[in-house]
Amino acid sequence: MHDDHGHGHHHGEHDHGRHAASSPGVRVEALEDLLVERGLADRERIDATIQRFEDDIGPMIGARLVAEAWADAGLRRRLLSEADAVVAEMDIRGAEIEHIEVKANEPGVHNVVVCTLCSCYPWALLGLPPNWYKSPEYRARVVREPRAVLAEMGLHLEADTELRVWDSSSETRFLVLPERPVGTEGWSVERLVELVTRDSMIGVAHAADPGGQ
Amino acid sequence: MSIDLLEGTPAAPPRDNGELVFSEPWQARAFGLAADLVDGGHFTWDEFRDHLIEAIAGWEQASGCGEAAEPWDYYRCWLTALEHAVGERGLLSGDAVADRAAAYASRPAGHDH
Repeated sequence: MHDDHGHGHHHGEHDHGRHAASSPGVRVEALEDLLVERGLADRERIDATIQRFEDDIGPMIGARLVAEAWADAGLRRRLLSEADAVVAEMDIRGAEIEHIEVKANEPGVHNVVVCTLCSCYPWALLGLPPNWYKSPEYRARVVREPRAVLAEMGLHLEADTELRVWDSSSETRFLVLPERPVGTEGWSVERLVELVTRDSMIGVAHAADPGGQ
Repeated sequence: MSIDLLEGTPAAPPRDNGELVFSEPWQARAFGLAADLVDGGHFTWDEFRDHLIEAIAGWEQASGCGEAAEPWDYYRCWLTALEHAVGERGLLSGDAVADRAAAYASRPAGHDH
């Protein structure tokens, strides 16, 4: 009868017992309810935003961009010089709020991305960042000792490879264009996409090994 | 593995290389609420980012000074930033938020069933 009652309302941790007023679940619930009651926020829009970031926005968007750039030298050139225009043409939602620069890995040059102050990241292309990207350890150490950090994450670079660390900001978000794996000549974009991992677009990994496909 | 992050929402596939985007429901609410206030023009992402940087730096200072800092929790910093942004813009008074949180915290278990 009251199908709409409580629609979209979250039933969180408080279902299971009492929590301190300082617990984050209680603080968020208080904020949200007050803002909704005052008409400053909208529960259904919040639900939709969360769902979009959980289901629709993620590394698969950046992976397609990378695979298309691998397959098309003209697109690759444009992506490196005017990523915003390319992204706009691809109608990638949310990209209008971010200025994106793409940095290409090539023989002898490897790029890696960090946000030293917080967690800036190309949301429209990769979704929300993984936990390790936001961790104090990664943010501090990848600038000081990038080679060691990458090795710990399983990426061992040649000693003479130049490492470039890009610090994101509210003005500029970076995407790494990983090197196209050898042995993928003639592959379709659809197949190439499968090789483009999230971590390879942050610069802490190479693209996946085509032999593993 | 399936986790119902939100009522009425099918369990989200772990798209993030096996890592869930939000590990607890309140993190998703805090994220979505900030995004909604930005969309509504109440503050900008740049302004929010300044509060986030401050919250993260505050945690790191407390941690670096050897005080008993909270364990690292990114979304707690996010929530602190959200509270500061809401307060700075005068959207809600700190008292109103504290009173409501205290009221919710004193609910008996299972109050909404």
